Amino acid sequence: MTSKKAMLIDISLCVGCNACQAGCKEENGLPPQEEKYLSLTAYTALDKYNDLYVRRMCQHCDVPTCVSVCPVGALTKSSTGPVSYDGEKCIGCRYCLQACPFHVPKYEWSSTKPSIRKCKFCPSRIASGRQTACAEACPTGATKFGDRDELLAEAARRITAEPGKYVPRIYGEQDVGGTSMLYLSPVPFEQLGFDSRLGKAPMPMLTMSALSKVPNVLSVGGVLLAGVWWITNRRAEVQAYESSLKNGNDPEREDDE
Amino acid sequence: MKTLSVPHVTGWRPIAIILILAGALAAVARFALGLGATTNLSDEFPWGLWIGFDFLGIGLAASGFTIVAAVHLFHAKEYEPIVRPAILTAFIGYLLVVLVLIIDLGRPDHFWHPLVMWNPHSVMCEISWCLMLYTTVLSLEFAPIILEKFNIHSPIKWIHAVSLPFMIFGVLLSTLHQSSFGSLYLIVPNRLHALWYTPLLPVLFFISCIASGLSMVVLESLIFSRNGRPFLPTRLRANLAKAIALALAVYFVVRIQDLLTRGALHDLTTLTYYSVAFYAELLVGFVIPFALLIFEKVRTSQTGLYYASLMVVLGFAFNRMNTAITGLERYPSQTYFPSIIEIFIMLGITAVGFCAFSFIAEYLPVFTAEEAGAGQHRDAAPSVEKKPLFAPPECEDPRPS
Ligand code: SF4
Ligand code: SF4
Ligand code: SF4
Repeated sequence: MTSKKAMLIDISLCVGCNACQAGCKEENGLPPQEEKYLSLTAYTALDKYNDLYVRRMCQHCDVPTCVSVCPVGALTKSSTGPVSYDGEKCIGCRYCLQACPFHVPKYEWSSTKPSIRKCKFCPSRIASGRQTACAEACPTGATKFGDRDELLAEAARRITAEPGKYVPRIYGEQDVGGTSMLYLSPVPFEQLGFDSRLGKAPMPMLTMSALSKVPNVLSVGGVLLAGVWWITNRRAEVQAYESSLKNGNDPEREDDE
Repeated sequence: MKTLSVPHVTGWRPIAIILILAGALAAVARFALGLGATTNLSDEFPWGLWIGFDFLGIGLAASGFTIVAAVHLFHAKEYEPIVRPAILTAFIGYLLVVLVLIIDLGRPDHFWHPLVMWNPHSVMCEISWCLMLYTTVLSLEFAPIILEKFNIHSPIKWIHAVSLPFMIFGVLLSTLHQSSFGSLYLIVPNRLHALWYTPLLPVLFFISCIASGLSMVVLESLIFSRNGRPFLPTRLRANLAKAIALALAVYFVVRIQDLLTRGALHDLTTLTYYSVAFYAELLVGFVIPFALLIFEKVRTSQTGLYYASLMVVLGFAFNRMNTAITGLERYPSQTYFPSIIEIFIMLGITAVGFCAFSFIAEYLPVFTAEEAGAGQHRDAAPSVEKKPLFAPPECEDPRPS
């Protein structure tokens, strides 16, 4: 029930029919016209590379950058996979747009009460045990919905069964710490516009090291500054005392310096 | 016999009023029409001029914590006369930055959310908290100035009694968020150009804000001198200049060494959009002023010091804008230039800041520190009215022979 869901996208099986986008638009009540790029009204879109099509959408990262940067927790990661967004919390700082390594979230720039928009991973469908609308719409099985572990095993099986057909890599298995979208490709992923510089470590680790120093700065710094104050204050007192001695008006000897 | 090297900028008030009105109109447009219609921001370029302005404002307001630390925590009592102007600069700077941040938010009506909804993993959340707490600390540090004016003395005693922990807290908060503004960009290693992206961003932001904050103090002390009588004694200003030079040197060494270790230095061997921006920032803001400030003659000359610290401030502005804008552009495919409304809002808010400073400096005992005691600064307290902002100091040139 709470197992982690994922989608396996086999690029070699995609015929570019755009049924996933149409299904997604219907599910989310978006205007039905065909769109080439991710937008406020297209949560998924097909990128074409020669005769290969690559679905773009939110990767629903396991350790999502967008969730880590959002100051108010408007973005949350659920244990079943979806990264959900709550417009009631969002302050519109657009840090998630800046930080998402896949350039996914889109912003309602023209609105005076703007929200973020992106693929939702159909959480209500998942909760009721159904598959996502895009996976359901896919006629060739290029997009397959299921448990993440099972899909990983299946992807590995496909690669071993037809080693000539696929590059030996499941994109999303470990990239940026793992994602819910797993890709199989017949050509190296770099040729399909996948960012090869992202690495395996989850991006939020980059800021974690800086943030983890905050308690240290506060505690050690506080003690240090108070100590410096104490020492320099003492010195000033001693100086004042000595100069008052020189001036002859001997104060009571409370300091034994 | 005093001559000015550059003529006074007189009549800045009408200009300020025009800027403020234009800014107010622009702000109305921004709230009525939304960010998309009034700014050049986009999904590809979600942060622009305003966030750069925030970095700038906060960095220049760093005078507040550096001087408070020096005088009250390290007991460099001789700098006492500059404490109040520094706190005032910081206070106004922070209020303006908070204002710009709120204008920049897509949902300004939700601005208070970070106070009740926390995400401890978010640098932005930490910054919101630091800004809020530090602005409170600053208002407490500033309160005695207002109370003094109206001769209400009992709360002043009370504030003095609790001021030490507050000052320590304030210095720590500043340290945290000055560097956190750099940490904001740690999350975009693949977007920010290698000349600016480094894991050391928080460290570099912190060091440079000390140089720029102190430069602001020097500038203020020069601008608000009157009748050739420097607001701070020449020796003290020269000492501040030494501290600035030191900060610049440390910054330069850390920055270059970081570029070396990351192998980003080769980006500088060819002339590109980025390398030009980088050279401009480093030369104007760090190398040239450092070269100037190592000379005793410059440190003790009012004109020399004026231009050296002005360069530090300018170079600092370059650095923050480069980090916030240039480094994120994909030249020439993806560029960003602020819209006229973005610019007007920024200029208007800057003008508000200058007016507020000159108004407060005129009517409140900012340049007369009660604790200064000795009284030698009290009669040197200048009136801002007579001395327009932006004017260089009078060249009395107290050069040691
Ligand atoms: S792809 Fe971007 S928006 Fe989607 S979960 Fe990952 S970081 Fe967030
Ligand atoms: S724009 Fe909204 S969802 Fe995105 S980081 Fe900011 S507050 Fe969070
Ligand atoms: S998972 Fe749902 S929201 Fe996301 S692309 Fe598929 S149908 Fe659309």
